[in-house]
Amino acid sequence: EGVDPQRAAFLLRRGWSLYSVTPLFRFSRGRLREYARLLGAAIAADRHKGLAVQVGVDTDIGAALSSLPGLQGSERDPAAVLVQLSSRSQAYPKNSEDKIVWSGCFCCVYGDDLSENLPEDFTCLPLFLANGAETYTSIVGSWFQKTFDCSFRRLAISPLSLTWMVAMWAGCKVDKGASAVELVFSVPRLSQPLDISYAIHPEDAKALWDTVQKTPGEITQEEVDVFMDCLYSHFHRHFKIRLSAAKLVKVSTAIAQAHCDGIVKILHSQYLSGVLMLLTELAITQIQ
Amino acid sequence: HLATSLPLPSERDHLRPRIDLIVFMIDIKSKYSLKNVEASLAHVDPSFFLGKVYFLVTGVGRVNYCSIDTNAICKLGEAYCSPVLFCELELEGIRVATAQRLLRILQICAGLVPGVSALSFGLLMRKSADD
Repeated sequence: EGVDPQRAAFLLRRGWSLYSVTPLFRFSRGRLREYARLLGAAIAADRHKGLAVQVGVDTDIGAALSSLPGLQGSERDPAAVLVQLSSRSQAYPKNSEDKIVWSGCFCCVYGDDLSENLPEDFTCLPLFLANGAETYTSIVGSWFQKTFDCSFRRLAISPLSLTWMVAMWAGCKVDKGASAVELVFSVPRLSQPLDISYAIHPEDAKALWDTVQKTPGEITQEEVDVFMDCLYSHFHRHFKIRLSAAKLVKVSTAIAQAHCDGIVKILHSQYLSGVLMLLTELAITQIQ
Repeated sequence: HLATSLPLPSERDHLRPRIDLIVFMIDIKSKYSLKNVEASLAHVDPSFFLGKVYFLVTGVGRVNYCSIDTNAICKLGEAYCSPVLFCELELEGIRVATAQRLLRILQICAGLVPGVSALSFGLLMRKSADD
C-alpha cells in the first residue's frame, strides 16, 4: 500500500473530528517551513490577545507542517499534509521534549470527483481530521482559510451513512477476540434523552453480512437495508422496540468507530485507507 | 382524518365519509415510517392510485438526520404512480405552504375544481417532479 506504518500509526486509535475543506488556492509543498513559521506566529498573536485558553503561560507553541505520502488512493490524489502544534516549556527549554498538543491532517483518498475539473492553482485535500483542543482547531482553521481562501465545515455523518459504515466494517475479516459490533441509538421526542446500545458478536455480524452480500467487493443500498432490517427485527423480537424509528448516532466495530457528530476513531491499520476513502467521499459530497 | 397505519378499523366503516385523497407521510428520520407506509399501501384499493395518493416526505431540512435513502422513496413513488412531495414541518412557513398545497390537491381530488381531474393533476405533478 505504500504507507509508512510508523508515520500513519498516529492516525490509529485516536478520536478525530472531521471537517470538509474546499480546495486550497496556491498551496505550495516547497513552502511548508514558511507556512509553519507563519502559523506559529498567528498562534502566538492569538495567545497574546488572550484568546487561546491553555494552562501555563510559560509554554511556547510551535507549529510544524509536513507531507505524509502513502495515504493516497489514486495517482491524482495529492499527498496528505500533516500539521502539528507542540509545546515546549519556556522555563526549562533544555530539559523538556516537545509535546504534541494538537494534530491536524489534510488528506484525499480517491478524490477524483472533486479534483477532475480544478484549475492548476488548486490543491484538493477535502478531508481534514483534527485532534486536540477546539481552540487550536479554530485558530489553525482560520489561518488556513485566510491564507488559502478555502472553507472548513464540520462533517456530520447521517444515520444513513452510519448504516453503510457498520455494514461495510462488520463484514471485514477480523481476528479472534475482536470487539463487538455496537450500534447506539438515540430515542427522539422524550422528556429525558434515552440512548439504546445494541451489541452484536462480531462473528455473528460478519456471518449475517456474508449471507446478504451478493458480490464480494461490491455493496448496494439494498444489501445495507437488508442487513439493518435483520438487526432491527431481531431486536424487536426480543425487546418489542422498533430501532428503525430511532436515530442511529454511533457505530462501533473492530475496524473503526464513527459518531454522527463527525468524530471517528480508526482502529485497524489494514483498513485505514478504506476508511479514509469513505470519509473523503462524504467530505466531497458535503462540499459539492 | 389521521391514521397511524392502514387498514382503517372496520367498526367505523359505515360512519366514514367518502375518501378523496390519501397522503402517506414518511419521516426521513425514521426508517420505520417508510416500512409502515409500504405495509399500509397493500391495503389501498387500486382505484386510488389514479391521482388520489400522494407521498409526503417530512424532515428534509436536516440532512444530517437522514435515515432513509431518497432514491428509495422516489422509486416508491414511481412504483405506485404517485407524486412525491418534500417538506419540512418544523419551519412554520413551509408547514403552512405545504398545508395549502395539500388543501388545493384535495379540492381537485374531490372534483371541486372544474376542468381538472385528480388523474390529470397527478400526472402533471409527477412530470414536473421528473424535470
